[in-house]
Amino acid sequence: MDCQQCHEREAVVHLTQIVDDAVTTVHLCERCAAEKGIESAEEVAKSPLGSLLATVGKDVGAGIPETAGLGHLECPECKATLQDFRDLGRLGCSECYATFARPLRELLRRLHGSTHHLGEHYTPPGVPGPVDADARVRELREQLKRAIETENFERAAEVRDQLRALE
Amino acid sequence: MIDLTLLSDGGMGWLDASGPHSDLVLSTRVRLARNLAGRVFGVRNAAEDRSQVLETVSGAAREVPQLERAMLFRLDQLTPTDRQLLHERHLVSKEIAALEGAGHRAVRTSSALLVQDDVGVMVNEEDHLRLQGLKSGFDLTAAYQVVDGVDNELGQRLAFAFHPEFGYLTSCPTNVGTGLRASVLIHLPGLVLTKEISKVLQGLSQVGLTFRGLYGEGSEVVGNFFQLSNQTTLGKSEFDLLDHLSKMVQQVIAYEEQARQVLLRDAPAVIEDKVWRAYALLRYARSLSFEETMNLLSGVRLGVGLDLIPGLSLYALNKLLVHTQPAHLVASTGARASAEVAIERATYVRTILDAEADRLSA
Repeated sequence: MDCQQCHEREAVVHLTQIVDDAVTTVHLCERCAAEKGIESAEEVAKSPLGSLLATVGKDVGAGIPETAGLGHLECPECKATLQDFRDLGRLGCSECYATFARPLRELLRRLHGSTHHLGEHYTPPGVPGPVDADARVRELREQLKRAIETENFERAAEVRDQLRALE
Repeated sequence: MIDLTLLSDGGMGWLDASGPHSDLVLSTRVRLARNLAGRVFGVRNAAEDRSQVLETVSGAAREVPQLERAMLFRLDQLTPTDRQLLHERHLVSKEIAALEGAGHRAVRTSSALLVQDDVGVMVNEEDHLRLQGLKSGFDLTAAYQVVDGVDNELGQRLAFAFHPEFGYLTSCPTNVGTGLRASVLIHLPGLVLTKEISKVLQGLSQVGLTFRGLYGEGSEVVGNFFQLSNQTTLGKSEFDLLDHLSKMVQQVIAYEEQARQVLLRDAPAVIEDKVWRAYALLRYARSLSFEETMNLLSGVRLGVGLDLIPGLSLYALNKLLVHTQPAHLVASTGARASAEVAIERATYVRTILDAEADRLSA
């Protein structure tokens, strides 16, 4: 079967999606799929993170990418290191999310297909959080601008969705 | 043995099979993972931290209407059998009950369960709080409403760990974001008998859903019972996660019903024989293993669903499912050796089925 995108190479990625309750399947070659940010099962299996897609649980930590210079990163709050997370598959505290944000985003993208929370927005008691919808919209517009400037289009799309939901 | 008689149906209101599609779907559960802000998570915290977490959470729970009458079980003060009993009722996870693997890991200090009607809160699981709403049949909306209400109430009294980018923060990144895992416990003998099940399960995994056995994560499928749930928790709203699962489960229900019609059309005699044999064995056997019982109950449940076995109530079948589990029998009869438990199991099953038959003839 030919790739539906370039019609040149053979389609190796068959992606089934549900769009508006209809199941559609697209057939792509590895290169076109990669351009769309889709990895074939084979590609994923080849990567060191492949195993974590098949299993959840203690192996999750193994999915954290080896990033140069981050090995000794330590959470200032609970003293957990990136290596601890690799071994345990569990984070130590809230602060770990900030400390390991960079390698975590990569992992979250693979686990969830996204790095951004789109659910309910929570404000802890006693915190004058962005209860003001206008302020929240301004904040999101700012984030959208930054995302576009840094060519982080995935993030931009998510912020846009959040804005739409608010407006 | 712990006393669960003060709880309506022992914390299993779903037993009455009053919910939608109760013949196929036993129960629907929605759980939310939450942690307290500024505190070390469950896998790294010390005994002192955990005792403070329990104190803080149970203090807040007393002010919440949905939990003000809640019973509190200190898991660290229960015997392994009692912990397993709560696990068999789907009130606590294997993790918090410390039932993982063969060698029992020591139960975490200050780990506890709060339970009132269809709401449960595990405290000091790998996350500080695991809130759960449990409903009879296939009812994601109701199960979510229940747990969302408790979440809102508790969230006004406790500061949960929340990050604007990552959402609710959890010990394991597979739960981060909404912290929401919805699962539907469904009986699919038709798809298993027609050998369509692997296709269906494969299809589900392609649309971001996952399946597990009767007891959740890492458990085997017994008696054709499957737990279908969402795989991801981040990047979609609570509504979208539930809506997606709901649509897919409706599909699975339709497939199962189709498969049953195919069985009735193509092999009516075989199916009828199968369900009556299952019934006969349960009614007259003198010793039953757990696995055999589950499989026979699956056959009988199919027979009831197809109107082949008249008059047997789903409530009785649900009760049999729960009370024939190992810890339940050990707790209620005092039996120890597995041969003894198997005899007690058969006795219990006979008693219930005899009572159902008497009820019908009366």
